Amino acid sequence: MNIKYLEVNEVRSSNRNKKMTTPVSENEIITLENVSKAYSTGAPALNGVTLHINRGEFVFIVGDSGSGKSTLIKLLLRELTPTEGNIRVMGYDLNKLRHRKIPKFRRNLGIVFQDFRLLKDRNVYENVAFAQRIIETPTKEMKKNVPSILATVGLAGKYKAKPKQLSGGEQQRVALARALVNKPSILLADEPTGNLDPKNSWEIMKLLEEINEAGTTVLVVTHNREIVNAMQKRVVTMKKGVIVSDEEKGGYIDDED
Amino acid sequence: MKIRTFGYTLKQGFSNIFRNKWFSLASIATISACLFLFGIFYAIVANFQNIVKTAEEGVSVTVYFDEGISDERIAEIGEMIEKRVEVSKVVYVSAEEAWEGFKTEYLGEYADGFTENPLANSMNYQIYLNDVSMQSALVTYLESVEGIRQINKSEVTATMLTGINALIGYISIGIIAILLAVSIFLISNTVTIGISVRKEEINIMKYIGATDFFVRSPFVIEGIIIGLIGAVIPLGAIYLLYHQVIEFVVGRYAMLSQLLNFLPIETIFKVLTPVSVIVGVGIGFLGSITTVRKHLHV
Ligand SMILES: Nc1ncnc2c1ncn2[C@@H]1O[C@H](COP(=O)(O)OP(=O)(O)O)[C@@H](O)[C@H]1O
Ligand SMILES: [Mg+2]
Repeated sequence: MNIKYLEVNEVRSSNRNKKMTTPVSENEIITLENVSKAYSTGAPALNGVTLHINRGEFVFIVGDSGSGKSTLIKLLLRELTPTEGNIRVMGYDLNKLRHRKIPKFRRNLGIVFQDFRLLKDRNVYENVAFAQRIIETPTKEMKKNVPSILATVGLAGKYKAKPKQLSGGEQQRVALARALVNKPSILLADEPTGNLDPKNSWEIMKLLEEINEAGTTVLVVTHNREIVNAMQKRVVTMKKGVIVSDEEKGGYIDDED
Repeated sequence: MKIRTFGYTLKQGFSNIFRNKWFSLASIATISACLFLFGIFYAIVANFQNIVKTAEEGVSVTVYFDEGISDERIAEIGEMIEKRVEVSKVVYVSAEEAWEGFKTEYLGEYADGFTENPLANSMNYQIYLNDVSMQSALVTYLESVEGIRQINKSEVTATMLTGINALIGYISIGIIAILLAVSIFLISNTVTIGISVRKEEINIMKYIGATDFFVRSPFVIEGIIIGLIGAVIPLGAIYLLYHQVIEFVVGRYAMLSQLLNFLPIETIFKVLTPVSVIVGVGIGFLGSITTVRKHLHV
C-alpha cells in the first residue's frame, strides 16, 4: 500500500504569532498552552495542559479511562472550548474561531472514533464521498478519489455494502477512508482500535503509520499497550487531567496505584 | 451553492423520506388529518355563509307613499334613499307592476274579473341592503322622510340572520383555534420522534466539516415534500367526498334543497387549495428547520 497523494494544505492566519504568550515555531501544528477544561460537574477534565506537536509527528496519547484524553481531542476539534488557556491548530486560534468558521476549520482535520460513526443508511462509497461533497469536489475528481482511497484502506470491491454488513475492522477502514479522502493536515483518532480484534487493530495502526509517513500529522488515543510499545513513537501519558510524561520513542507507562 | 450540490441536496431530501419511512408516514398522516379537518370545516362554514348571504340578499324594505304624491317627489325620495350607505339597490315598482305581481302570485286565472287596478296606490320602492344588521338604522331614517306613508320591514328575518352570522363567526374562531392547537401538539410530537435518528447523523456530518446549511438543506426539502403530500391527500379526499355528501343531504332532505344553495366545489377549492398547500408546506418547513437547528451546535 502506498500513500503518495497527501500534501500539507493547512490555512494560516496572518496574525499567527500575535496572541500566544510564547512564540510558535513555523513547524508547530498543534499548540496547547495551560489549557484547562472543567465540565459543569466534577473535577476539571483537563488541568493546565501544555503540549506542542510538530508537523508530521506521530503521537500516541495514553492514560487511564477518565484521564481527559477524549476531552483533549474534543478541544482540538473545536467541539469544546477550554475554560482556560490557548489552543492553536494549523494557525487557527480556536478560542477566537467563529461558529460559522468551524466547518472550514474541520475540513483540514481527519477524525476517527472508536464507534466508527458512519452514516447508517448510506453505502461505503457514499459514506466516503460525503466528505468530498461537503467541499464541493467536482464529480469527476470525486469518482477518482473515492475508489482510490478505498483501495488504499483495503476496501476495493465493497462500495455497495451498508455499514451493517461490514465487520468492525472494515467499518473502521471506511471511517479512515472518509477521514483521509480530503487530504487533511492532521488526523485525530480517539481509540480507533477500541472495538477491534488484535489483527484488525494492527492493520489499522499500520495504516495510520503509512498515512503519517506520507506527511500527515497523526494523534492517536489508545489503550493498546502492545501496539504502543512495539511502534516506538512519541507517547504522551495523561493522568487526572494532567500530562505526566511525554517521551520520544516511549512506551506504555503502567499505572502504579 | 454549486449546481451539483443542489442536485445532491434535492436527491437526499427525497431519499430521507424513504430512509425514515415510519417517521415520514406519521408526519404525513398528522398533517393530512389536521388539514382534512380544516378542509371539512371550511367547506361547511363556506356553505353556511353562502346560505345566509343568499337569504340576506332577499331581505328588503318596502316603502309606500302618501296619497296624491307627485312623481317628482317619488323620484326625489328614490335619490335620497340611494345615497344611504346601508342601501345596495333600490327598485321602483309601479302600481301596475305591483298588481301584475299580485295577480300571478295569488290570483292566477281568477284575476280576469278585475277591470281596474285595485292596487292603484301601491307603487313602492323595494330597498335591498348591504347588510341586514343595518335595517333598523335605515328604517329610523325612512320614518323621518316626508311623503312616505308606510314602511314594510322583515324584523324577524333580519335579527335572525344577524345572529346566525355572529354565531358562525364565533364557532369558526373557536374551531380554528382548537384545530391549530391540536396540529401544533401532534406535529411537535411527531417531530420529536424523528429527532434521535437525525441527531447522530447530524453530529457525524458536522464532525466532517459540513456547514449548517449543507446539513440542514436536505431535511428542509424533506419537510417541504412531506408537507406538500400532507396537503394533497386531504384535498383529494375532500374533493371526492364533497359531491357525495351534498347528494346525500339533498336526497334525504328534499325540502331543504330549495333553501340550501350549496357552493360548487370549484369555489371551495379556490380558497382551500392555496391555504392547505401553504399551511402544509409551512408546517413541514418550520418543523424540519427547528428540529435540525436544535442539533446543529456540535
Ligand atoms: N460531557 C461531560 N460532562 C461532564 N463530565 C464529563 C463529560 N465528559 C467527560 N467528563 C468527565 O471528564 C473526565 C475526563 O473524561 P474523558 O476526557 O472522556 O476521559 P478519557 O477519554 O481519558 O477516558 C472524566 O472524569 C469524565 O467523567
Ligand atoms: Mg475517551
